[in-house]
Amino acid sequence: MAATAKDTAFKAESRNLSPQEIARDLIGTAIITLLLLIPIVFYRTVMNQGTLLLQTRLPLVLGLTAAVVVGRLLLHLFVWQRAPEAGRASTASATRTDWRETVGKWIGPAMLVAAIFLPWIVQFIPGWERRGLGIAIYIMSYIMLAWGLNIVVGLAGLLDLGYVAFYAVGAYTYALLTTVYMPLWFGEGIVPWTFYIVLPLAGLLAALWGVILGFPVLRLRGDYLAIVTLAFGEIIRLVLINWFWFTKGPQGINVPKATFFGLPFADEPGSFSDFFGIPYNRLHFFFFLYYVILGLALLTYAMTNRLRRLPIGRAWEALREDEIACRALGINTTSTKLTAFAIGAMFGGFSGSFFAARQGFVSPESFVYIESALILAIVVLGGLGSQLGIVFAAILIMGSFELFRELGFLQAILPEGVEPIQFRMLCVGLGMVLMMRFRPRGLVTRRDPTVYLKEKKAVSADLVSQGHG
Amino acid sequence: MSDILLRGTGVETFYGKIQALKGIDFEVRNGEIATLIGSNGAGKSTLMMTIFGSPRARSGKIEFDGHDITQLPTHDIARRGIAQSPEGRRIFPRMTVLENLQMGATVNKMAFFDEDVGQVYKLFPILEKRSMQRAGTLSGGEQQMLAIGRALMARPRLLLLDEPSLGLAPIIVKAIFEAIRELNASRGLSVFLVEQNAFHALRLAHRAYVMVNGRITMTGTGKELLAKPEVRAAYLEGGH
Amino acid sequence: MTAAWSHDPELKVQHLTMRFGGLTAIGDLSFDAGRKQITALIGPNGAGKTTVFNCITGFYKPTEGLIVHRHPGGQEFLLERMDDFRITRHSKVARTFQNIRLFGGMTVLENLMVAQHNVLMAASNWTVGGLFGSPRYRHKEAEAIERCKHWLNKTGLIDRADDPAADLPYGAQRRLEIARAMCTEPRLLCLDEPAAGLNPRESDELNKLLLSIRDEENVAILLIEHDMSVVMGISDHIVVLDYGRKISDGTPAEIKADPAVIRAYLGVDDEQEAPAAVQADIAKSIAEPPPPPLTIAKNARKPVIAKKRPEPVKHKGGRK
Ligand SMILES: Nc1ncnc2c1ncn2[C@@H]1O[C@H](COP(=O)(O)OP(=O)(O)OP(=O)(O)O)[C@@H](O)[C@H]1O
Ligand SMILES: Nc1ncnc2c1ncn2[C@@H]1O[C@H](COP(=O)(O)OP(=O)(O)O)[C@@H](O)[C@H]1O
Ligand SMILES: [Mg+2]
Ligand SMILES: [Mg+2]
Repeated sequence: MAATAKDTAFKAESRNLSPQEIARDLIGTAIITLLLLIPIVFYRTVMNQGTLLLQTRLPLVLGLTAAVVVGRLLLHLFVWQRAPEAGRASTASATRTDWRETVGKWIGPAMLVAAIFLPWIVQFIPGWERRGLGIAIYIMSYIMLAWGLNIVVGLAGLLDLGYVAFYAVGAYTYALLTTVYMPLWFGEGIVPWTFYIVLPLAGLLAALWGVILGFPVLRLRGDYLAIVTLAFGEIIRLVLINWFWFTKGPQGINVPKATFFGLPFADEPGSFSDFFGIPYNRLHFFFFLYYVILGLALLTYAMTNRLRRLPIGRAWEALREDEIACRALGINTTSTKLTAFAIGAMFGGFSGSFFAARQGFVSPESFVYIESALILAIVVLGGLGSQLGIVFAAILIMGSFELFRELGFLQAILPEGVEPIQFRMLCVGLGMVLMMRFRPRGLVTRRDPTVYLKEKKAVSADLVSQGHG
Repeated sequence: MSDILLRGTGVETFYGKIQALKGIDFEVRNGEIATLIGSNGAGKSTLMMTIFGSPRARSGKIEFDGHDITQLPTHDIARRGIAQSPEGRRIFPRMTVLENLQMGATVNKMAFFDEDVGQVYKLFPILEKRSMQRAGTLSGGEQQMLAIGRALMARPRLLLLDEPSLGLAPIIVKAIFEAIRELNASRGLSVFLVEQNAFHALRLAHRAYVMVNGRITMTGTGKELLAKPEVRAAYLEGGH
Repeated sequence: MTAAWSHDPELKVQHLTMRFGGLTAIGDLSFDAGRKQITALIGPNGAGKTTVFNCITGFYKPTEGLIVHRHPGGQEFLLERMDDFRITRHSKVARTFQNIRLFGGMTVLENLMVAQHNVLMAASNWTVGGLFGSPRYRHKEAEAIERCKHWLNKTGLIDRADDPAADLPYGAQRRLEIARAMCTEPRLLCLDEPAAGLNPRESDELNKLLLSIRDEENVAILLIEHDMSVVMGISDHIVVLDYGRKISDGTPAEIKADPAVIRAYLGVDDEQEAPAAVQADIAKSIAEPPPPPLTIAKNARKPVIAKKRPEPVKHKGGRK
């Protein structure tokens, strides 16, 4: 796109711009993009029963403009802002910190708006109507998982390497209740509704598992806790494989897909499209899934944010800073750790049952250790405790995974039998090494205070402790 | 020129936006005890750490023995013969007392280890009794003694002491100031001393600086400053 | 004849012994701390003062002995058998640490809010009410912030309320720790070297703060301190430890004159305290050359007892 060429041209001078300059630059970008897009994209001609009609596509134009502006903002934030003395974290220049605060205020709402319109935006990219949605759903579920794990690792400072266990508990709760127990207890009629009943149940059950796991291991600290949680994750998977009569073992379980409040997504009478009188489109299901996971993720986000401002959330963070001081203030550290574990697990359970409802199939293969590692990597790369950072990190890591599927052309240069997809871990790993070299505290390295008297000043991550388990 | 061991010119240090040092000029001559006093938050510890390159001075120059050390990595600065007993002690809590002392001697490859350990134990007899105890379980004062002892183990040419008397019993405080004087007199060790205990420090110092809000506001010999009423009012007596 | 602090003591420590492996850090220590009094615990480095605090606040379980915290209502708490966090929560004992333990990545205000965790937790119906913004919780939270402001004003930290605690200079961090302890609304406040790192003017302010805590908040204070201008200036009662044993117990005047204390702790000439003495000293020091070096041996500790102390063998966990 034209904007990228322009971007590169601006590169040299956009270092250390003030907030006003950035704002002006962004407005300029928006105007130029709009001017470019209106002749190219805004109008579309369609043949309708022999007549040529002019159709307008305002949402697409606005969506693309927003994408360009947000992209440029991100570039300002993370790429062009390397001050000359890069790498010296504690000596940031005054102006730089200033305008970052302004940007920090607006980036969240901007991302939210982008997320809400995303499914429509991808509809206008030919060839990506389905795939784009699929990737968006995929990334969004990792964002949610990482936000859940963030409570445990980022806020409470407890290193949990077995988070995928709770994901599995959620998924199997959904699968087993939907296919076996709900019909058994309440009759087949309940099946279209199970998604809405089981989703909360799965969360609660996962939370319960969080507590059960938590009790014995929370006396451990740091590395020991990490290893025990890792073992727990593997145990759950092995139980799923070997407890055949209950879980059907490695065969997995086929699960009916989610419905729109009882209306299935299918080309049949009584379906979603039939009910609303619109032509059937298999994309409806994906739209539906996207908004469900977006809703769940936002719930996670909002709840975490709210919890942080409550005594329990402050106690989590205090626990990460200094456990002994917490005890001297009369805080029961065991129960505080347990709630962090349970609430983190609950969100894992939610996303687990969403996963089952999306896939229509669960098997132990989906809950391997690497999933835990990936989710943890997202949390760490995003910047421990930073919810916004997690969004960027998830897009970066999971997005680049997906990108590798698209690199068919690489096939030409690679030797026979080697597929680009096999390199994804290598490249993502390399990317992470570089990332940690240049941003050792993660992408977003600021902690927002939960309460303030006069002025909300972000806390630099250099001061925030990482917890000791 | 070589008479001056450590010299800083226009040193400025920042923590994020906050400027902690606002252009500091100072010098420590060979074989002298220099002291820096000032109230809490003046930037004394910041200056001590800036000499060691962490945080690094954003502008200005620090020279040690005629060489510019402003941009040197911290370990190189240590190898050139500066040792520090930092604020907050920073001993290695999971290592034993003896291991901590060994860590202090790594810069001189433990060449004089036995002799130096003997010296430190003579200065702080309690450390000898605790030599096999993990340093993290020492009492606060014992940890302070260990931090000072560890710095001495490096056989530095310049010793930076950040509030060495912190948390020590009066009788030990006297012993420490005595030991500083002793080491300075017998070995010609140069010392740069930060103290809240201004009275002791000024009495000891050949050269003294008063720091207020990141700036040096007064210099002179220790005795000159001791005699100044404004110094006495601010740092020696309770504010009545 | 019983001393003033023993009539109706806030805290009774009886036959307290704490051993670490072969090392006896406290040996058969008994003392009383009076109600609404400042009781100072002094002694050479390693005498066992911090260990006494750790036993009182439940961080160590004493090997032997009894610690009784008596509330004015007649309620008694046997601290040696309570969990550390329950001691703060139910028996209302708060403490500060010798090596400052603040929540460095949280702001000053947040540090004080965490201290009010138990009150706020109950007000938020264990989070449920808080999640839905119950009026009761909001009311209590506003109250909590008021209490924070009160203590920020008293400790002169109000201007730094929104800064991360780790950014504060040392002296301010010490005051913040006191403010944080006071936000738990204690009956007994244990301060481990609050004046360390303060200059004379600042310790004078600290004295005023501690006196006002004693008189206005009706809190009994247990104070460990090496700064004699603080100890002698404000304490009502001083207990002196050496090698884990009590060597003296009395009013400041009695302690100052006790030869055993001077030998073990204060040292011969007492130039440390009494600002009035400073002037004379200054005049003297300018006139005369510095006094000749004392020999280090003179300051060495009593070797007789020392020989009896075996090397420590085992220890668990980090130091408090
Ligand atoms: N966990 C532990 N394991 C082994 N020894 C310990 C432990 N804690 C304390 N000690 C020892 O017990 C003795 C008393 O320590 P304590 O911290 O109570 O001294 P203190 O009176 O507070 O001294 P200071 O004034 O230097 O802080 C010290 O010699 C210390 O080395
Ligand atoms: N790590 C840090 N981050 C931000 N500010 C700091 C940090 N350390 C010290 N400061 C600030 O720098 C100033 C000087 O502090 P310091 O050098 O510790 O003073 P002193 O040692 O004289 O008491 C203070 O205002 C303090 O708040
Ligand atoms: Mg300092
Ligand atoms: Mg102590």
